[in-house]
Amino acid sequence: MVTVDVREPPARTQQRSRGPRPSRGYRVFQGVNAVILTVVVAVTLYPFINILARSFSNERYIRTGQVNLLPRGFNLTTYRHVMSDSAFWTNYRNTLVYTVVATIISMVLTTCYAYVLSKRHLKGRGFLVGVALFTMFFNGGLIPNYVLVSHLNLRNTLWAVVLPNAISVFNLLVMKSFFENQPVELEEAAAVDGLGTYGILLRIVLPLSKAVIATMILFYAVFFWNSWFSGFLYMDRSDLFPVTVYLRNLIAGATTGSDQTASSDSAIQIAGNIQAVTVVLTVAPIMLVYPFIQRYFVSGVMLGAVKG
Amino acid sequence: MSAPEILESAPGRKTPGRKTSGRKTPRRKTAVQARPRARRTWGKALRRDWQLYSLAVAPLLFFIIFRYLPMAGNVIAFRRYRPGGSLFGDEWIGLHYFRLFIHDPTFWHVFTNTLILGALTLVFIFPMPIVLALLLNELHNRRLKRFVQTISYLPHFLSIVVVVGFVTQILDVDGVVNQGLRAIGHAPITFLQQPGWFRTIYVSSEMWQTVGWGTILYLAALTTIDSDLYEAARIDGASRWRQTWHVTLPGIRPTMMTLLILNIGTFMAVGFEKVLLLYNPLTYPTADVISTYLYRVGVVSGSFSYAAAIGLFESVVGLILVVSANFISKRTVGSGLW
Repeated sequence: MVTVDVREPPARTQQRSRGPRPSRGYRVFQGVNAVILTVVVAVTLYPFINILARSFSNERYIRTGQVNLLPRGFNLTTYRHVMSDSAFWTNYRNTLVYTVVATIISMVLTTCYAYVLSKRHLKGRGFLVGVALFTMFFNGGLIPNYVLVSHLNLRNTLWAVVLPNAISVFNLLVMKSFFENQPVELEEAAAVDGLGTYGILLRIVLPLSKAVIATMILFYAVFFWNSWFSGFLYMDRSDLFPVTVYLRNLIAGATTGSDQTASSDSAIQIAGNIQAVTVVLTVAPIMLVYPFIQRYFVSGVMLGAVKG
Repeated sequence: MSAPEILESAPGRKTPGRKTSGRKTPRRKTAVQARPRARRTWGKALRRDWQLYSLAVAPLLFFIIFRYLPMAGNVIAFRRYRPGGSLFGDEWIGLHYFRLFIHDPTFWHVFTNTLILGALTLVFIFPMPIVLALLLNELHNRRLKRFVQTISYLPHFLSIVVVVGFVTQILDVDGVVNQGLRAIGHAPITFLQQPGWFRTIYVSSEMWQTVGWGTILYLAALTTIDSDLYEAARIDGASRWRQTWHVTLPGIRPTMMTLLILNIGTFMAVGFEKVLLLYNPLTYPTADVISTYLYRVGVVSGSFSYAAAIGLFESVVGLILVVSANFISKRTVGSGLW
């Protein structure tokens, strides 16, 4: 099984029609089913729409509980405020930097190890696989990890976010099975032509693995973009927080996000929907790329599940 | 396989085709070779594949430092740890901290909360992806099916912080739930401050975020069921409901068992980050779980050894749960995770 295309079942749908004529009961069921699934879609989408509506609404309507699906008293005061808040942008930039650096490091480590593990002839391969698999089921736990990161003096550095989560064993297994399924002939031919292992990996294997590499980059990038706990745990200075921690503090009421310079009118407006606005700005990048990347995620999960 | 060894074997062996010849050596022969020659084969393997091994060095360092070192670090549960002192604690004090938490009423309180929250998660959330996958499977309009899938996967990609942001907005005094309550003449409820509401909020927000994504593996398992089985069932006069019961469900049972065992494995660690974001001192009576308690004891109050002891206990219980689940699964349905 090289790839599992989840969107596949085309021929399947015809085969699956179990019987020449659906009974009346089944037609009723299909109607009910369509309704249930529509409700599922509505329930899933509702929080997004609601928060979007709130983010653009006037504070007066929010406070009196009149904002539901559409913004009321449309205004952009809070957006303007959050966008001009330097703390927000600092943390937003931090998230961006952490995500990029962490994804690069994770990809390098994961690719190298997955390539090594995919070589069936390699002596000690079973041991190397075991080293990784074992950590899927056992981990040190919160406190020893915290103590370790403190001991290594990684606190308040980018590395506290990046290094402890550098390799995801699940992603490693996905890549490993992808490499294993590639034809060996190309690599052998390259070796005959005088390429060493590094050359083969860089010039032959990687160019052929663009699909899985893209999927892995997405997996890691979304993970690091969304992560908040490492930042929360290991960063003491607010200028090092990722934006998720900024949002967390806003929700927990630790920061109000409003500054004193704002006039009282706009301060009230800002307090009314700053959470909604910050949530919208935090998820915006993910939502914008989601429609295009969703299927890569699904195929990645399938690939991992087949082998892992 | 130490680094110097790898380096020693490095120079002057850049013969092209070395890798190929290596692969051509039949693997079985090496495996069958007598034990006394094992050392020599290691040397050979290193000489032949040193470049491959060198690629594994950095990842191995990662695993050793950030995965295995913390495992060993759990030893501070038996030793007195001082910040700034040794990573593994300073003096041996045995089971002192274990005795301490066994007599700690808060511990048993959070232990109970953990079991309840874990059980609720298992009972309410585990079956939902199966139900949704079965419903999706009966949807014959492919475009609609794709649309429902795309939308239902969406919450999986959100940060937990964002999900909690949604929850607080919707359950706010001016949020949509309280709008509804007001409409039926009910006084607004401060949901997030009420211990009685915490479990409902936790489970439903978890459901909202995970159920759609959870269908992926089941949908994949469903496509692998042989359509001849349905044909045969139909000829035997089975209704669609009975076809689902006797063909579809047994067809996805291996997937179900695997996921069930995995879920039981995370039973004790119930959504630590989510609880940490959702709870507050007012809801501690129902919301506080082992992982959040040990976070406060260890990271916030600085009693690292005590917290490590609790963490170790949590992992051991989790391990026992997953091993017994696997055992039962093997005995009853004949398949397990390992």
